[in-house]
Amino acid sequence: MHQLATAGGGEKPLLALRDINMTFGGVRALKNVSFDVRPGEVHCLAGENGCGKSTLIKIITGVYRPADGASIEFDGETYSHMSPVTAQDRGIQVIWQDLALFPEMSVAENIAFQTVLGRWPKLVDYGRMRQIATDALARLGVTLDVDLPLKEYAIAQRQIVAIARALVGEARLVFMDEPTASLTQSETDHLLDIVRGLSASGVAVVFVSHRLAEVLEISSRITVLRDGALVGVYPAAGMTQSRITELMTGKTFDQQVRAKFRDGQPVVLDVKGLSRPGQFEDISLSVRRGETLGITGLLGAGRTELALTLFGMLKPASGTIALEGKPVRFSSNRDAIAAGVAYLSEDRLSLGLIQPQSIADNLVISSLDKILSGGLLSEDRKRSLVARWIADLGVKIGLQQDAISTLSGGNQQRVAIAKWLATDPKLLILDAPTVGVDVGARAGIFDIVARLAETGLAIILISDEVPEVYFNADRVLHMAQGRIVGSYDPRSASLAEIEGAVYA
Amino acid sequence: MRSFVRTHATEVSLLAVIIAISAVLSVSTANFFSLGNAFDLLNISSVNIIFAVGLLVVLIAGGIDISFAVAASVVQYGTAIALGWIGGGGWISGLLIAGSLGILLGAINAFLIHRFRVISIVATISTFNIYFGLLMFFTKGVSIYDLPDWLTDRVILFEHEMPDGTWIEITLPVLVMVLCVIATWVLITRTTTGRQLYAFGDNPEGARRFGINIGAMQFIAFGWLGLMAGIGGLIQAHYAQEVVPNALYGRELDVLAAVVLGGARLGGGKGSVLGCVLGVLLISITQNGLNLMGVSPFAFKMIIGAIILVAITLSNSRIERLLPFVSQKGAGR
Repeated sequence: MHQLATAGGGEKPLLALRDINMTFGGVRALKNVSFDVRPGEVHCLAGENGCGKSTLIKIITGVYRPADGASIEFDGETYSHMSPVTAQDRGIQVIWQDLALFPEMSVAENIAFQTVLGRWPKLVDYGRMRQIATDALARLGVTLDVDLPLKEYAIAQRQIVAIARALVGEARLVFMDEPTASLTQSETDHLLDIVRGLSASGVAVVFVSHRLAEVLEISSRITVLRDGALVGVYPAAGMTQSRITELMTGKTFDQQVRAKFRDGQPVVLDVKGLSRPGQFEDISLSVRRGETLGITGLLGAGRTELALTLFGMLKPASGTIALEGKPVRFSSNRDAIAAGVAYLSEDRLSLGLIQPQSIADNLVISSLDKILSGGLLSEDRKRSLVARWIADLGVKIGLQQDAISTLSGGNQQRVAIAKWLATDPKLLILDAPTVGVDVGARAGIFDIVARLAETGLAIILISDEVPEVYFNADRVLHMAQGRIVGSYDPRSASLAEIEGAVYA
Repeated sequence: MRSFVRTHATEVSLLAVIIAISAVLSVSTANFFSLGNAFDLLNISSVNIIFAVGLLVVLIAGGIDISFAVAASVVQYGTAIALGWIGGGGWISGLLIAGSLGILLGAINAFLIHRFRVISIVATISTFNIYFGLLMFFTKGVSIYDLPDWLTDRVILFEHEMPDGTWIEITLPVLVMVLCVIATWVLITRTTTGRQLYAFGDNPEGARRFGINIGAMQFIAFGWLGLMAGIGGLIQAHYAQEVVPNALYGRELDVLAAVVLGGARLGGGKGSVLGCVLGVLLISITQNGLNLMGVSPFAFKMIIGAIILVAITLSNSRIERLLPFVSQKGAGR
């Protein structure tokens, strides 16, 4: 393939960065980093959150100015720093993770938005805009109605619109920041095809993704950063996911199946024939004391809806839920919490934690009744309850009063788990607990999950990353289109077998 | 046509509601269905439509303004005084003075919002109180009746007696209103500045990343509303033939409701001139109809409040569900 040919080496790089240093308020975000991209290659930038990836992208696109002594060479010209205007003029484009699109405006305007820029007002040329947009989409082999407002399209198409917009400016180098984070597998495949097409047409793509499988699939070379320093540049051929993880974290992760036999334990949750038309159908499952039940499947398989139903936030149309043998019917999640069900939300940032509030307040929000003293909230009780859970789950914090937003993703997730443990649940539902959590911190979270299971808690672990449930659950259920279509025992099934079924 | 219905669902449904209400009123009252009444409605609604298209621009840019109606009163006083200084003036000088004063008052809002990062509702509630307080303080609540003759004389640009004996008239306020509507339409749909305003209201961070001048956006949006408020204020003084300090007090909420009814979104990025005009007309027609039906004026506000509530509840996503042919999603869904 063309992409392999251009990645073959020996060619003059399109972009070459040398001696990049960057300091924020005394913290060195980048230390003597070099980075280069060859024309038309797909290059992956890998590293944990906070390793300096975004800082590097912002330096290349001119948002930040690196410390003196840096050299940025792009297509024969050398700069000591970039400016956003220069970067755009030279064909360096970024597709931000949040896309920075305008949902109320038409697809054509979103793609050809640069035509309405400029210092002085002029009349808008809608015909030209439509033409530019149609051409850009045609280059990607996509047809969209360019006159419709963008909000009519789903996230996958919006991603394509963002790429089309980047191409309008005669792009030579395109940065994609987590472009597949909210896409399903088939949408991701389509996106990767588009990336291959760009590469074949001579546009270099720098791809940032935490999904290592697709990183290996799409890129020709991988640059790994750790703590602001360059670890190395590696050809993708011959790389493995676990090797990249090791390079990114500097630690070795020896993943082993944790599954155990739990059949002797009493059943905590027993669900029979649960249905919510259009979301899930005829779901029957049970979880025993100390058991971790994994549920996996693609986005939209009905996993989260099932979890919200077990948590009393959605009402089933038919079927029964029994907790410790007693049938229950929740009219709200307050009933579910009182009955001993805890649900760790999929979206920790906006739903699970109240970001500006303190660590302590976040932790006790679901168990305020436990810190009452004479009918009023007791600061002393709160402090000791918080201290207990912080110590128990090994959360690294400054003060209890610090805002939760000051913690890293992994530590925030621990607080979110502690919040629910403080309610003394019998059943803990973890919905995508590692989204936005670094590889290194993920292992810590699963250690906690395993420990909690040992204390007798029944756990449902929901994730669209098959390895997570495979290595950390006792049994794995596969959901597709609202139904349970497979049940696996990690001790006898192989990871490839489950992945094959889920991603088929 | 079909895609127009789809992308202009709010306007189409407003038009449908206006037609339905008009049909009911034509049957139930003797005088509603006449050209004369239709032109009366236009004359009566002109000032509110001028205010509304100005406010629309601010809403599109993601802001809100509570102060424009009392700002218009300030402009009326300021213009009356300035006209006295220059010895009378005329329509041209009057509109120039009123427009400039209006822009100045709008720019004060933009300055507070942009420079001190005050959110627009708080900034304009403050200026609403300041403008109104200053006005009442300096005028001591006294109205001005001795306005220049050119300002109080009715200007009829076109009149024609219909066979049924009613008169159709196009007055100066209607002409000014039409010009303001066209100018606003050109600004927001045909100029690059207008599209930047939409983009800024829709996704401020996205607009910033494109290098759009955020400060300029605020000054253009609030300046435009100021201009419309100034012009509308002068036209209202002409229409009422007097300047009363609290005449426009409270008008801001009526206009805001009409603009939101017309599909503009609090939060920015959405709204059209057509919807805005239809929103004002729907409220005027209802009021006019209630009047002709002999409903007590004391019940007007209540009924109009209920209509706004129903219309806004039905609008946006829900209206699409009511009209299934409108709601077919994009090709990729």
